[in-house]
Amino acid sequence: MPKHVVTANRLIDGAVVYLTDCGGWSERIQDAIVADGKEADAALTAAADRAVADCIVVAPYLIDVDTAADSSVLRALRYRERIRSDGPSIHPEFAKNLKG
Amino acid sequence: MYRYDEFDHAFVRQRVDQFRDQVSRRLSGELSEDEFKPLRLMNGLYLQLHAYMLRVAIPYGTLSSRQMRCLAHIARTYDKDYGHFTTRQNIQYNWPALKDVPDILMDLAAVEMHALQTSGNCIRNVTADQYAGAAADEIEDPRVWCEIIRQWSSLHPEFSFLPRKFKIAVTGAPNDRAAVAVHDIGLRMVRNEAGEVGFQVLVGGGQGRTPVIGSMIRAFLPKRYLLSYLEAILRVYNLLGRRDNIFKARIKILVQQVGAQVFADMVEDEWQHLKDGPVELPDGELERIQAYFAPPSFEPLPTLHAGFVEAKDRDPAFAAWARSNLADHREPGYAIVNLSLKPVGGVPGDATSAQMDTVADLADRFSLGEIRVSHEQNLILPHVRQKDLHSLWQELTAVGFATANIGLISDIIACPGLDYCSLANARSIPIAQQISTRFAELDRMHDIGELKVKISGCINACGHHHVGHIGILGVDKKGEEFYQITLGGDATETAELGRLVGPALPYDKVADAVETLVDTYLEHRQGGERFLDTYRRVGLQPFKEKLYATH
Repeated sequence: MPKHVVTANRLIDGAVVYLTDCGGWSERIQDAIVADGKEADAALTAAADRAVADCIVVAPYLIDVDTAADSSVLRALRYRERIRSDGPSIHPEFAKNLKG
Repeated sequence: MYRYDEFDHAFVRQRVDQFRDQVSRRLSGELSEDEFKPLRLMNGLYLQLHAYMLRVAIPYGTLSSRQMRCLAHIARTYDKDYGHFTTRQNIQYNWPALKDVPDILMDLAAVEMHALQTSGNCIRNVTADQYAGAAADEIEDPRVWCEIIRQWSSLHPEFSFLPRKFKIAVTGAPNDRAAVAVHDIGLRMVRNEAGEVGFQVLVGGGQGRTPVIGSMIRAFLPKRYLLSYLEAILRVYNLLGRRDNIFKARIKILVQQVGAQVFADMVEDEWQHLKDGPVELPDGELERIQAYFAPPSFEPLPTLHAGFVEAKDRDPAFAAWARSNLADHREPGYAIVNLSLKPVGGVPGDATSAQMDTVADLADRFSLGEIRVSHEQNLILPHVRQKDLHSLWQELTAVGFATANIGLISDIIACPGLDYCSLANARSIPIAQQISTRFAELDRMHDIGELKVKISGCINACGHHHVGHIGILGVDKKGEEFYQITLGGDATETAELGRLVGPALPYDKVADAVETLVDTYLEHRQGGERFLDTYRRVGLQPFKEKLYATH
């Protein structure tokens, strides 16, 4: 069973963001809080729904992440989500994970 | 060019004001996303994979230099310094912030542009031959009728909530450069036996998951009846088109279900109620709009400029460019110049703000201030004197727009694909980059000749793969990118849909596959055959055998 993180787009500018462990939203998937199991998924989803109601993000959803190889590195499992987290493959300079 | 009248200015500004208020209410939480989404889509604003995407209309692909400078300003000020010209003759910005969009729309309004009719289930921005008003083979300028359709459709209450989006394309020339056969309605200007100009009307064409070549339902429609006849088609569709299933809602499904002849009969019946009624153009209106498209003041020039011929003789690179990137102009001594937005290894259709500004300057200096956008994602300077061509070519070379590849294998149509689009299954642009790099050598490209490669990242077919001589469709196989290849598609007056060659290939095998297909063509080519001619003569089998023997 893969672990999950919550992603969404920030309302004001559309940027791809991830729910963090302090309840904020980061543009870096590395900052995301990871849910392991149904209860944790539900808690993250509820937090994301509150952020939708507060006009912080739109369209949140859970994505599968791979932490098996190195628990300090978060990587989306689906290719689509890797493009979202890393930026367009044709514009590596836009990769958010290069920052910081 | 068309200039806004008082009504147009007021209408567009009013819509910007409305949207500013809607954005403000969305940001404050007064509007939910479900409430806001249809409103933003009516203003061309999507939410894509990475960010919002704003699709700006370029009606019938015509731009002034002033408008191009505004597009550059928007890229520079509000986006990541580039824009993407699309297969709908529009421009898309991939990174605008929601809070900035009302300001962007106001900047556009100041140069008589907008993002209306670029999304939603309405009559979309009408497209046309990119050489309109300049082409040697043109019967009449189709933009006059595109503008008339725009004015008729923009606020038409009956057609603002159609079963599905609705695309109309118009060509004024027998050589179809506007792909009219794969539009919901395709209009071809033709002459009847009496020499009068009218429209041949095709209906129910389209691409997407159910590709169909449009059916001709009227061989000749007198021009004065265009609006009433279009209204009859739209009315039949609006009444009978399926709203229960998004995949069966386009007019092509309706035409296929009832049959083209039955559909034509229904339109004819409806038309009898509308013909000569209030929808027809009032006296003087056609002339009023025609006046906006009056030809510019061309200089009287000899048919062939001696200096142009000499420059080709002494400079082979210029000669190669002239061979592929120029088209015949209707005025002696002038040429239509295609600016390739397909540099080797580049992103098809992308232009930076600096490049857009340069094109605007070149348009002012060399093309009477006019620019066109093609559905093949290139730019055009429509009115260039032959005596200026060599100087222009040198300047285009400096800005990266002089690749001599128009209509050749590296002049690839590619949708944004999975790099940007939330609907896509696979990337399109990197495949285009691989192919154009593989075939970068100019002599080889010219030896291969006309070859249209078109790539879509999903079955919605924004990259027109169904009508590519070689069509490439990205599919998702268990999370991996795979690509189906079709052959023999054609978007012109001899329109055909491509046929699937065989099983899909992995991402890293597509450029090899295209090379195999090209080698097979060269092996079988006779005389001056194009790829498409050879394919039509020998069929799919030789290509299939070679492709799957090696892959």
